Amino acid sequence: MPADFFLLMKQELIITIIIFILLFLKIGKKEWQNRSLINFINTLLFINFISGFFAARNGVLFGDMFRTNELLIFEKNLLNLGTLILSLQSYHWLKKHKHVPEFYILLLSTLLGMFFMLSSNNLLMFYLALELSTIPLAALANFDLEKPRSSEAAFKMIISSAFSSGLLLFGISLVYGTTGTLNFEELAKTFTLHPLNLFSFILLISGFGFKISAVPFHLWTADVYEGSPVAVTSYLSVISKSAILFVLVSVLYHVFIPLNDTWYNVFFLLSVLTMITGNLFALRQQNMKRFLAFSSIAQVGFILVGITGQSAEGNTSVIYFILIYIFSNLGAFGIINLVSAVTGKETVDDYKGFYKNNKALTWVLAIALFSLAGIPPTAGFFGKFFLLLAGAGKGNYLLITIAALNMVISLYYYLRIIKAMFMDESDNPIEPVKTGFAPGLAMIVCVSGIVITGLASGAYQYIYSLVKEIR
Amino acid sequence: MNLSLLILVPLLTTMAILPAKGRKQIRIIALIGSVVQLLLCFILLYFYRQERKAGNTAHFLFEDNYSWYAAWKINYHIGVDGISVAMILLTACVVIAGVLVSWKAEKLSKEFFFLLIFLSLGAYGFFISLDLFTLFFFLEIAVIPKFLLIGIWGSGKKEYSAMKLALMLMGGSALVFVGLAGLYFNTNSFDILQIAGMNVPAEVQNLFFPFAFLGFGIFTALFPFHTWVPDGHSSAPTAASMFLAGISMKLGGYGCLRVATYLMPDAAQQYSQIIIVLACIAILYGAFATMMQTDLKYINAYSSVSHCGFVLLGIGMLTKTAIDGAVLQMISHGLMTALFFAVIGMIYDRTHTRQVALLGGLMKMMPFISTVFVIAGLCSLGLPGFSGFVAEITVFMGSWEKAEAFYRIATITACASIVVTAVYILRAAGKVIMGPVVNNEHLSLPDAEWNERLAAGLLIAGIVLIGAAPFYLSDLINPGTEMIMKKLTNLLNK
Repeated sequence: MPADFFLLMKQELIITIIIFILLFLKIGKKEWQNRSLINFINTLLFINFISGFFAARNGVLFGDMFRTNELLIFEKNLLNLGTLILSLQSYHWLKKHKHVPEFYILLLSTLLGMFFMLSSNNLLMFYLALELSTIPLAALANFDLEKPRSSEAAFKMIISSAFSSGLLLFGISLVYGTTGTLNFEELAKTFTLHPLNLFSFILLISGFGFKISAVPFHLWTADVYEGSPVAVTSYLSVISKSAILFVLVSVLYHVFIPLNDTWYNVFFLLSVLTMITGNLFALRQQNMKRFLAFSSIAQVGFILVGITGQSAEGNTSVIYFILIYIFSNLGAFGIINLVSAVTGKETVDDYKGFYKNNKALTWVLAIALFSLAGIPPTAGFFGKFFLLLAGAGKGNYLLITIAALNMVISLYYYLRIIKAMFMDESDNPIEPVKTGFAPGLAMIVCVSGIVITGLASGAYQYIYSLVKEIR
Repeated sequence: MNLSLLILVPLLTTMAILPAKGRKQIRIIALIGSVVQLLLCFILLYFYRQERKAGNTAHFLFEDNYSWYAAWKINYHIGVDGISVAMILLTACVVIAGVLVSWKAEKLSKEFFFLLIFLSLGAYGFFISLDLFTLFFFLEIAVIPKFLLIGIWGSGKKEYSAMKLALMLMGGSALVFVGLAGLYFNTNSFDILQIAGMNVPAEVQNLFFPFAFLGFGIFTALFPFHTWVPDGHSSAPTAASMFLAGISMKLGGYGCLRVATYLMPDAAQQYSQIIIVLACIAILYGAFATMMQTDLKYINAYSSVSHCGFVLLGIGMLTKTAIDGAVLQMISHGLMTALFFAVIGMIYDRTHTRQVALLGGLMKMMPFISTVFVIAGLCSLGLPGFSGFVAEITVFMGSWEKAEAFYRIATITACASIVVTAVYILRAAGKVIMGPVVNNEHLSLPDAEWNERLAAGLLIAGIVLIGAAPFYLSDLINPGTEMIMKKLTNLLNK
């Protein structure tokens, strides 16, 4: 039993250990230099990432509250990888920051929350984990301590996520009232089309929609993303969103089975709204962070198309797309993070003539944007293609026609950035930016991820086999 | 013969360009790469003819099939028939000519040649694909290089044109995607050969044919989605214009034929009249619009709309001869329009204008360039002896085989455009080449250099060869079109 306990919760335990190490470092007497501290933490995160690949095991703990299997471990590894990349990219920003250990403690706490959320097998456990993954994020949003906008972002975030948690809790209590259980497997059997059940389902979906900023629950996103530091924005829009999407897919595919037809229609509507709104708002954004925020709303719309597929292929495509999304979106955010930390410039106009002084950085950003737009040979093309194909699996060609046309709109605003970087002239283009080792490494990882995960089918086939195993 | 080499050589060329230093090294690598590719294409042609002579009657030769994404039954399945071999040869010629005319490119030459070769990679991959996913992959791969080539090295309102072109072509791809998805879910396969062997239900065909045809049609300037052509082609740098008009538009025609018509013959029958009407509008409208243009590049771009209308007309008529004509027209137009853009680029490099009104009497100072201009023009208006005549007459003869009044009227309308073509070509040639010298500064301009002569010579050789001995080409494409006809006639007799 104890050996089992340690092995099953291996990833969560390692993160907890790292958090404790950081706590001791913080309260310890020794003054650490930021550089060495960050390098030390990055090493720990790397060990954490690697250790995820060993001793995978299936099982449940705490009286069915916690479960784990190979697919979940894979998803957690993805989140680990994303966090590691993000940490490498934030090197220049953190170097000058006064509170490095706190940053990582909060960051890893949310990651821990996400891991528990992924592994939850019970609505109560799920709710607890969700809160653990959300509340520290609000503190993180405030991490540009001297900027009022950052505090504003944190405040907006905490208020709105408290509201969505309220909806979620109301939904959960209704579920318990009508079915008498909170366990996922039992819910899958006892859920019915009873109006009260449907109502609770709508509440739950609203809570989820809020966290993944699906339209019409997206209004908090733009301000929070703009106000937060770039590192936190990218964490919010990539890692945090991915985690919730993983859970959403697994809940929809394994718990709400009796409501399949109902939630199909709900998600049809949600995905169309999300794609169109996200795209329309992204068209005119001038701030790079805000632009990526809205474009990531549109991306969620595409992911929802894949979710409506209701098939093993749909499930696989969603996870595969998120893998690619982590590489591409973090790749794009990485450059913005770096440029913002070194020069403080964040608007699209600042990026005019970027190619003149920063050839390599421009290409990395361009490749990441092309991947987000879904242009081959980048992996984004494969991800989008399979998402839409999965969405067509139910014979709804209207949905994929809308989605395919939305890809054209999204191409416009990605190309707008490319145009600014390559073609526009500027009186004072951004000076050559020194990349440094850690952000450079992160860029290499992102670009090779973008190139390889698409052209080589290994990742997709691997996820497919994992998904098949679960079903 | 391993067809993957056709993708590998351009890929290696781009990889070799990356570490190269200096303009001279880069352009030599690009030239070597494209020459090797052309040799490879001739070897392919040789082996292909050997196989056919030896009595191999399979539809596609040199097939290779590897599983790529097994979960979706996606394979990397490649193979060629005569039509693809001809298109591949065309691509190789245009790419070499493109590299040669860009020989003096100074601005960011590494990026330029990298993107140009990368662009050609997409075309080669497209023409050898026998799997719809692979085909779509290679179709879309060109979006990045096209956008960047026009936007960075273009002239005039280049950013606007680059954006318009990228978005309209992406829109085309989006429609193609829906068509492919529909085919996939009704046949459970992406494989062109497998789908061709099945009987796709007629209502499925009727639903998805418009998506596929319209999508590919946008690439080949189907009216009313032709508006990207004039802007895109005229803003692009010379080599990119040559490639866009010469090859990219043919991707659409090839796709209409291979995917839409071949896989959904029922629906092709159903929609043929609409296609013919749209094609006739494109032919006439393109011709008349050309008459109004004052910019040499716009003249050629609008005339491309008109000429590509013949391709669609041939496909829409659905007779063996007309489809033969459509393929011939694709090849002929590819060579001719590339030559035209090349020569316009040469004139522009020297005089820095493309306005017909500001040019005159070029024959006096640039006899070689002027002669090439006239040859391209004569080919365009369909003078016997050049490829344009062969292609157009085949389309018309094929169209005439259909006796109903509708088809007759369409054919006559399309034929009438030739007169208009003659008007605008002869007028432009007369003014620019023959007329009096307009600008005395032009008198000191030099004639073509070796690289330009070579590029023009290569393309002219192709045009004259097809014009003088069309049977080589028609023999080559014959088995391919026969297979398509078999699929279509099976249906007529049903």
